[in-house]
Amino acid sequence: MRFARPIIIFIGLLLAWQLLISVTGVAAFILPDPLSVLTALYQRWPELLSHAGVTITEILLGLGLGTLLGCLSALIIAQYRGARLWVLPVLVVSQAIPVFALAPILVLWLGYGLASKVAMATLIIYFPVTVAFYDGLRRTEPGWLDLAHVMGGSRWQTLVQIRIPSALPALASGLRVAASVAPIGAIVGEWVGSSAGLGYLMLHANARLQVDVMFAALLVLALFAVALYFAIDRILRLLISWQPDKAL
Amino acid sequence: MTGIPPSPPPAESGTPGISLRGASLRYQGNRVFEDLDLDLLAGRMTCLLGPSGVGKSSLLRYIAGLTESGIEASVSGQLLFDGIEGVSANIAYLAQQDLLLPWLSVLDNVMLGSRLRGETADRARASSLLGQVGLSEYEASVPAKLSGGMRQRAALARTLMEDRPVVLMDEPFSALDAITRYELQELASTLLTGKTTLLVTHDPLEALRIGHRLLLLTGSPASFEAPIDPPGDPLRDISSPELAALQATIMERLTSARQKARAVG
Repeated sequence: MRFARPIIIFIGLLLAWQLLISVTGVAAFILPDPLSVLTALYQRWPELLSHAGVTITEILLGLGLGTLLGCLSALIIAQYRGARLWVLPVLVVSQAIPVFALAPILVLWLGYGLASKVAMATLIIYFPVTVAFYDGLRRTEPGWLDLAHVMGGSRWQTLVQIRIPSALPALASGLRVAASVAPIGAIVGEWVGSSAGLGYLMLHANARLQVDVMFAALLVLALFAVALYFAIDRILRLLISWQPDKAL
Repeated sequence: MTGIPPSPPPAESGTPGISLRGASLRYQGNRVFEDLDLDLLAGRMTCLLGPSGVGKSSLLRYIAGLTESGIEASVSGQLLFDGIEGVSANIAYLAQQDLLLPWLSVLDNVMLGSRLRGETADRARASSLLGQVGLSEYEASVPAKLSGGMRQRAALARTLMEDRPVVLMDEPFSALDAITRYELQELASTLLTGKTTLLVTHDPLEALRIGHRLLLLTGSPASFEAPIDPPGDPLRDISSPELAALQATIMERLTSARQKARAVG
């Protein structure tokens, strides 16, 4: 049942889709039927694949960079009170600016290529990662810190041996959010200005009323996003296997 | 200000004691204790009893160096270790919760102190200590696989691994069931022989069984009542009439202390 359930859900959605078209008789350039989308997927597969490669690269680079910067920021503001007083307000204000509004500026500054999309994906995940990790670092079990203090542990060793490991479950929550929003950053970046990627392909097809291609691109993106989320979830579970998982 | 009458049992040679002089702690405007003096018998177990909320744990945390002056608390006093100020490097600490790190194996938890100080840990010694507390088979297990009693035994091994002359214990057995507690008292009493130990407990019988000296902390601000030195050596037979009589005395004193506190409050 564990493996059958996703397949049943998938087939059910396809049937509902087909049913909607049969009942409403909606035109193919508004909503294509599943078969023509699958046909487009099959016929334009090499093209879809090369564009998907670009988008996936942007997402993965953005995830890596955003996680790195987010973790570093969280460590700095957790470890240095002075930094916290200055950086935390800036962090909050930075979130008040919609990242989407920055997309045109980023394209202007960083160009049509990879860099502006990586920057978008990085920006969009930076805040959730920073806040989640910082929150985890702040909530270290006080008894552990007392123990470390009596044992004569240095500030640095206490951070590395106790505070960081104990903050990993919180960081994992941030990374799960990051994995699900990073594709948004990359796609929005591509919409604003690009010459490759699934977002570019969708705009290109849209202008030519190739709605089936648009849906095929969307399908590829959705499949990758789901795969990315589950891969990251799986890795995190393996890394933090000591944490009791109560959601059964 | 309450001193301890100078009648300590002979100390084991080479193990220094701890003295507290004029210790005061205010917390959120409340005087928890003020100008308190305390001498812990060198190489012996002193048990600290008192009504809940009197400041037993605060006093223990004070000695452990865990109360710092800040917005809420103000701390003063002098802590002497074998006549010299500065105790913290000589103390090991065992709390009510086992405080085992869930991501480390039992063996790595026992060696936590060395890891935190950036020293190379003595694996063989950690392993032999785990043997002494009966956990040899669980060296590689994570704490989640252990029962409450086993976890506290692992924590005891971690405390002993520190090899400090002074051991502070804050109700370490209170969360355990009666039988497990009974076993652990025996184990702790045996393994802590020769260490200067302060055990905070709410259980008079536990104190009478394994303590060399019992101190009662009562009142607000808290002060010590006359100490009780039960006859004979620990581990005493808790069914003896002498201990039963002492237990009755302690209960009486604790009850009257609580009634006084209520009358004032």
